[in-house]
Amino acid sequence: MAELLRTHPLQAWAGAFERLPDTVRLTAEPYVAMVDVRLSAVGAEASAALGLDLPTAANTWVPTDDGRAVWLGPDEWLLTSTTEAPEELEARVRAAVLPLGGSAADVSAQRIGLRLTGARVRDVLATGCSIDLHPRVFGRGRSAQTTLGQAGVVLLSLSDGGDDHVVLVRSSFAGYLADWLLDAALEFTPTTARQE
Amino acid sequence: MTSPFRTPEGGRIDRATTVEFTFDGETLTGHPGDTLASALLASGRHRVATSVRLGRPRGVAAAWAEDPGGLVQIEEPFPEPMLLATTVELHDGLAAHGLPGQGRLADVPDSARYDAVHHHVDVLVVGAGPAGLAAALTAARAGARVALVDEQSEAGGSLLSGTERLDDAPALQWVAAAVAELAGHPDVLHLQRTTAFGSYDDGFVLALERRTDHLGAAAPKHVSRQRVWRIRARSIVVATGAHERPVVFADNDRPGTMLAGAARTFLHRYGVLPGREAVVFTTNDSAYDAALDLSRAGVRVQAVVDARPEGSPRRGECEHAGLRVLSGAVVTGTRGTERVTHALVAPFADGQVGASTAIGCDLLLVSGGWNPAVHLFSQARGRLRYDEVLGAFLPGEELDGLAVAGSAAGVFDLAGCLADGQRVARAALSALAVPPAADDRLPAAPAPVVPAAPVVLWRVPDTSGAEGTTSFVDLQRDATVADIVRAVGAGLRSLEHVKRYTTIGTAHDQGKTSGVLTSGIVAELLGVPVQDTGTTTFRPPYTPVAFAALAGRDRGRLFDPERVTALHEWHVAAGAVFEDVGQWKRPRYYPQPGEDMAAAVLRECAAARTGVGILDGSTLGKIDVQGPDAAVLLDRLYTNLMSSLKVGSVRYGVMCGVDGMVIDDGTVLRLAEDRFLVLTTTGGAATVLDWMEEWVQTEWPDLRVHCTSVTEQWVTFPVVGPRSRDVVGSLFPDVDVSTEAFPFMTWRDTALEGVPVRLARISFSGELAYEVYVNPWYAVAVWERLLEAGRPHGITPYGTETMHVLRAEKGYPIIGQDTDGTVTPHDLGMAWAVSKKKPDFIGKRSFTRPANADPLRKQLVGLLPVDRQTVLPEGSQIVEFRADGELPPPPVPMLGHVTSSYRSAELARPFALALVKGGRERIGDTVHVPVGGTLVPVEVTGAVLVDPEGARRDG
Amino acid sequence: MQLIPCPWCGPREEAEFSYGGQAHVPYPDSPAELSDEEWAHYVFFRANPKGRFAERWNHGAGCRRWFNAIRDTATYRFERVYRLDDPKPGVTELARSREEGTAP
Repeated sequence: MAELLRTHPLQAWAGAFERLPDTVRLTAEPYVAMVDVRLSAVGAEASAALGLDLPTAANTWVPTDDGRAVWLGPDEWLLTSTTEAPEELEARVRAAVLPLGGSAADVSAQRIGLRLTGARVRDVLATGCSIDLHPRVFGRGRSAQTTLGQAGVVLLSLSDGGDDHVVLVRSSFAGYLADWLLDAALEFTPTTARQE
Repeated sequence: MTSPFRTPEGGRIDRATTVEFTFDGETLTGHPGDTLASALLASGRHRVATSVRLGRPRGVAAAWAEDPGGLVQIEEPFPEPMLLATTVELHDGLAAHGLPGQGRLADVPDSARYDAVHHHVDVLVVGAGPAGLAAALTAARAGARVALVDEQSEAGGSLLSGTERLDDAPALQWVAAAVAELAGHPDVLHLQRTTAFGSYDDGFVLALERRTDHLGAAAPKHVSRQRVWRIRARSIVVATGAHERPVVFADNDRPGTMLAGAARTFLHRYGVLPGREAVVFTTNDSAYDAALDLSRAGVRVQAVVDARPEGSPRRGECEHAGLRVLSGAVVTGTRGTERVTHALVAPFADGQVGASTAIGCDLLLVSGGWNPAVHLFSQARGRLRYDEVLGAFLPGEELDGLAVAGSAAGVFDLAGCLADGQRVARAALSALAVPPAADDRLPAAPAPVVPAAPVVLWRVPDTSGAEGTTSFVDLQRDATVADIVRAVGAGLRSLEHVKRYTTIGTAHDQGKTSGVLTSGIVAELLGVPVQDTGTTTFRPPYTPVAFAALAGRDRGRLFDPERVTALHEWHVAAGAVFEDVGQWKRPRYYPQPGEDMAAAVLRECAAARTGVGILDGSTLGKIDVQGPDAAVLLDRLYTNLMSSLKVGSVRYGVMCGVDGMVIDDGTVLRLAEDRFLVLTTTGGAATVLDWMEEWVQTEWPDLRVHCTSVTEQWVTFPVVGPRSRDVVGSLFPDVDVSTEAFPFMTWRDTALEGVPVRLARISFSGELAYEVYVNPWYAVAVWERLLEAGRPHGITPYGTETMHVLRAEKGYPIIGQDTDGTVTPHDLGMAWAVSKKKPDFIGKRSFTRPANADPLRKQLVGLLPVDRQTVLPEGSQIVEFRADGELPPPPVPMLGHVTSSYRSAELARPFALALVKGGRERIGDTVHVPVGGTLVPVEVTGAVLVDPEGARRDG
Repeated sequence: MQLIPCPWCGPREEAEFSYGGQAHVPYPDSPAELSDEEWAHYVFFRANPKGRFAERWNHGAGCRRWFNAIRDTATYRFERVYRLDDPKPGVTELARSREEGTAP
């Protein structure tokens, strides 16, 4: 099967990301399949059907075998998979939750992921995020849907040190957010790497 | 020597380094650690500016933000108006001049960066004086997350201005140790040069950090010049100190007249003698420190003038030092032109002033007591109480989450301030259930000398003959006692009214020295207690904040996010001219060399009507509606029936609010019995999803249905025109694209090299058209394949302008352009889209309200300018035809307005859509549209101007 | 910037929320049977008290859930937030939760 060319909204930013210091590393996450799952009751039945336990605590996420399960609301989750094609993931999850009164929609291209690592990424995020990102409050496994700059985001904490985060942002806002993050990182960027 | 008033040693300045600056064109020198004001005083210069209204000379009258006199304009390194010489830190190359009240905004863009940072703490301490440091240490030692902010360049507060000792050593040694200890706590944020300028709800405080201002031209460009800290604190300790209050007397604005405490600051902190010969006028004991310190530093103190008949117990101390103390005396006025040369001193008893004597001096120090800086407490809606003894307003109640400590709470001795800071911090910790640290030691302060009671004196009766017209209350506004007398005489009783009548407190300093004076003087004139007069409302910001700082990084391209589709770079490369549609950047047209918009759009329209065009329609809102009750939900929200739609088919629908007015329209694809794809307008995407969620969550939680935004899950490329079938058929050979197999308003799934693709026979132009849907990951690839397949047919990318012309020629309204929230489906001529079968849907009941049966409702019609030339400006009013071609005198009855207007390639003339009263009854009439002063005759037509029979949709 | 306690996400800045007007104004069972005046009351008329007011709010920038709140329109203070399927809290209940310090 010939492959159709894939493009990524942040392709043009790769060079700018490369020039960032280790204290503020930005990387566009590779495309993964994502599905928005709606289910009113989560229990053993749902876990069995899906093959994973959806997190029930608000504003948390859990790793799954090949991705993440992110709490988005009391009856809504985002499931990601690095191994399945978008339509496969949707079909499998939809089949699993339909009998339980749930639903599932492919949202693989709705958002793109940006990985932020380094000792200063918390400072960068704090320039435009009003929630408390202190590692004691927002350690590994915490998530939040909130606003970063002027873009709606899903923020995931990947470490207990506050130095590893994923930001999921609507694809159309990706360029804005990348520009915004680069601008915020300028303070931590060595002179030689700055675009001035 | 340019600094004849610099002391030989002492102060917090770096004497080893000399910096050069200019003021009013004169080159002067100073040291790092100076302010512009201290450097000017060191050079012997008191006069800084002239006053705004009267042009009187004005000088430095205080040492920090409460100064009402020293307003300057900065020219270098960057033009900035309306700063105080007392708060501008000196740096090499600073150029400034005095301002007569008003400044001049820079006419060059500000290239400095400004930013904001959110920060969360358990305890925020505002002020790094003794009370604030004690509070911060207490909270930090307990392990709390702490922020300590202070507006000065270094910590210490009042300790920077004096000679106090702690633990039997200079107090500043303890300050340094405290700062070092705080720096060792990882969860303590300590910021100097940071002014907490506003306190808001739920422990939210805004603070402005001046990060690089003091570095001048050496400021690094990549670091923000100023930063707004958005601090969310569970508990706030306000330790903001107190402002000294002047006493008002005739000609009290003459340069050389200064608050007594400020003179101490200039001496001890900046190593500056503010004069050679001083008179000290006071109502309380605090000014005795200034008199004695200045005397020790070599200033000849000619007299200490104490308004209290019994004077002070410190009289002996002064006399021992050779100072003359005049008890029961006041300063009634000054002499001098540019600078005070004499203080006029007179006996004062029972409110009566005796004959005055002139005492020569070049410095007149004044102290009328101290006003606790209660601004943040008051902004948080804390009630103030007037203290009769202090003649000042103090916090009058306990607030949840905000407490006041130290001299801001009326505690004026060092030991008391330290203890108060600790007490308040412990109370805050206790409220947060944080136990204090075991070792929480504070330094030992000398036992306080209990001061003699002050006397409250707002003003000295004017014996100069000027009747209060030179007795200045608000120097920045040139407002005097006479102005207050006039305001009260005019019948004003409320302090808020007096403020607005006299403008007192409305200038740059927001009444830091004049506010309480005005309360006192108004109360005196009205014969009521000061408590009843109260204060005017304290509002943020505490000190002025530049708009650039508030804007932060939301400037330039980050001002408003630009949303782009997956094809954006292709559009840019193709030379598209973009249009803002909400936050989206959409190609408006693709000009070829030499083409203007009109020419490009005519070409693009012709291609779509006669050959084939292609549009990036990806911004259309898309909502996945799933569940057994999906059709029930859509039946309730759309005016027409959606449950009867067959799987594989598409239906146009209109949505109304409960008031029956159209809120959005679009097409609906039935994907399965229990699944629909709802398409909304670009602007309506979020609105419609929110609308669905609102009804599902709040009214119909029993419905088994879920709605998910998939706007960015699919790109949408309408391929439009008679040749579209050839293009789509050739790229997707496994799809039978014939009308019979793939009729209008149906959809089919297919794939391109394994990637799922959905095709839909939907037309927003009236032409044969196929919308191509695919995952945006493959947007560029699929778009380019479509272009390739269309090349033999001259496929033409077109933009939103052509899309608008094509749809308007067909009379398809754009919700929000041709409608305005007062338009029903019937007004749009869409009664056909309103179900009569459904017992109810949102908006239905409103259609039978009497107003909706009015035959004169505005209805959507077409307009054709009779001259076949004029493109009517959108928004133009429509009036009755006037035989004489002249507008009648106003008011002219309006019939409606033009909502859309374009040139049509197809019609070979301009046309418009309009909302016109009783419009459908007027079809065939000629009406007038005033355009640029002339009346343009236009014919009213039906809204559908091209292919009214719909013959083209199947090609 | 006030904090509003989302029943699911906890306190968030007010800018994350949108206002939905008076709570407990149900869509009429049979609009067709209402007089024009009764219908107009449903569509256009809402209470506007000074003091406690039961309102609808939506955490639009967060979990997108609607919820109800008792807010004091004079002080802006949120006395209680509750889920849509919870009954409207009574006055005594609000007074008790305030004394116990359990109000948000």
